Amino acid sequence: MADLSELYQQVILDHNRKPRNFRVIENADRKQEGFNPLCGDQLVLYLEFEGDVIKDVAFQGSGCAISKAAASMMTAAVKGKTREEANVLFDEFHRMIKGELDPENLPNHLGRLSIFSGVREFPARVKCASLSWHTLRAALAGSPASVSTE
Amino acid sequence: MSSVPKITDPTGTNSAGLDVSKIRSDFPILNREVYGHPLVYFDNAATSQKPKVVLDAIENYYTQANANVHRGVHFLSQLATNEYEGARAVVKKFLNAADTSEIIFTRGATESINLVAQSFGQRFVREGDEIIISTMEHHSNIVPWQLLCERTGAILKVIPINDDGELILEEYEKLLSPRTKIVAVGHVSNALGTVNPVKHIIETAHAHGVPVLLDGAQAAPHLKVDVRDIGCDFYAISSHKMCGPTGFGVLYGKTEWLEQLPPWQGGGDMIATVSFEKTTYNVLPYKFEAGTPHIEGAVGLATAINYLEGIGMDRIAAYEHELLDYATELIGSIRGVRLIGTAREKAAVLSFTVNDVHPHDIGTILDQEGIAVRAGHHCAQPVMTRFGVPGTVRASFAFYNTKEEIDALSSGLERVLEVFS
Repeated sequence: MADLSELYQQVILDHNRKPRNFRVIENADRKQEGFNPLCGDQLVLYLEFEGDVIKDVAFQGSGCAISKAAASMMTAAVKGKTREEANVLFDEFHRMIKGELDPENLPNHLGRLSIFSGVREFPARVKCASLSWHTLRAALAGSPASVSTE
Repeated sequence: MSSVPKITDPTGTNSAGLDVSKIRSDFPILNREVYGHPLVYFDNAATSQKPKVVLDAIENYYTQANANVHRGVHFLSQLATNEYEGARAVVKKFLNAADTSEIIFTRGATESINLVAQSFGQRFVREGDEIIISTMEHHSNIVPWQLLCERTGAILKVIPINDDGELILEEYEKLLSPRTKIVAVGHVSNALGTVNPVKHIIETAHAHGVPVLLDGAQAAPHLKVDVRDIGCDFYAISSHKMCGPTGFGVLYGKTEWLEQLPPWQGGGDMIATVSFEKTTYNVLPYKFEAGTPHIEGAVGLATAINYLEGIGMDRIAAYEHELLDYATELIGSIRGVRLIGTAREKAAVLSFTVNDVHPHDIGTILDQEGIAVRAGHHCAQPVMTRFGVPGTVRASFAFYNTKEEIDALSSGLERVLEVFS
């Protein structure tokens, strides 16, 4: 049976209460919207680059605790990373929450993000955790339109 | 709490006199557990559970009567046709329509509304005309009309609601104009539970010569519907919300309107004669039923209606009201709970938020206790916008629910408050 405390860990609840990098970056190099039409969660992600490196990243939006905490922790994790490193994190995070990568048994770069591994026990919530990451990937790929989890 | 009588008490202490434990034994799914807890099913406004008689009727149809309808000369075809047309007679009686030709079988309430939007729209709606809906509509009673407006250049007018979730009738009366072609409103709101004053709405529209469509998807399962007493011109219902199978519904339409409307889908069954020069259409209701229909859907819905009427719609309404009153008091008294939808006339829907905890987080925590609620915008985003919330938690009750289950919901919400303390 899935364990609620695996999903709503203190770190996640804390990021929900006080999301990090929850602001607008004026004149950002990239501004990307993300939207989950099923639940109405939405966010705007702002990115500033220095060469190939993500110099600054921030977000604004509304959503459940999982989506807000995931966005908050994502911004903390990818700041200072290269595009390539951020894409690797996307891939690993995505596989982890779908249950395809167990961070305890396979090498990975997830670090604190592995706290979201509990999401794999809650299939209905995978999209909440991945919305900000899909938005980041679209921003890095330079997709023009807003991104949707559907 | 100890003063509240247990409604499963065999002495029958609920005021409606329902034997709820007997009723619960009619629904096989209510025996199952979810995550080690007894299932508490409070998502009835999304879809109801099915009694065994409905499941048996569908199986019996396929094992004893299956054939295509209106076509064959053989024994089974006649039997299937009798079942299908017999279902139409059951629905006619249930809604108190004047004639079975006014009962059109569809894929659901959504399709019933789309049928009217398309067919009525094609015949009567032109650029600059106006269509009136309300803020509290389900998306299925918004988008078909928006599509019609996009096609024709007609204009959508929206009746506002007050802070209790009731239509503001003075504003409605101001919206009616010589350009108004149709009024389409819900009988009962899925998101708020509001029971709208439909007789008044219809009388007012008719005084302007405007017909009214009622979305009855949330009304027909919970209260007695008499389309001739109400006076509506169209009424849409959904089988799966009233103990019948999914993929099936009904459009009631007054003959005088249905006769004026063009067919909306072409195919078998809806024609009288076909040639490449000129095709003529079948009589009502078949003009609107193209192709082999959802026969077991009709059989299932008719069985469900007979089951509901066996209990009695008035008694169902009375008992569900008792559940609503109990839940409103118990859940409404929990610290941090804000009830959304506090109309004077309500069906058994309790929509609420808890502090600033997102409804999906609440839904997940309740789910772990075996409690099924809907969390989100309930396909009624304009309602959420009106109340300034991203969504709500919705507990919607049926006659097989109990006060003990509402107690379990209350405990589940205490758990939510612990997690998000």
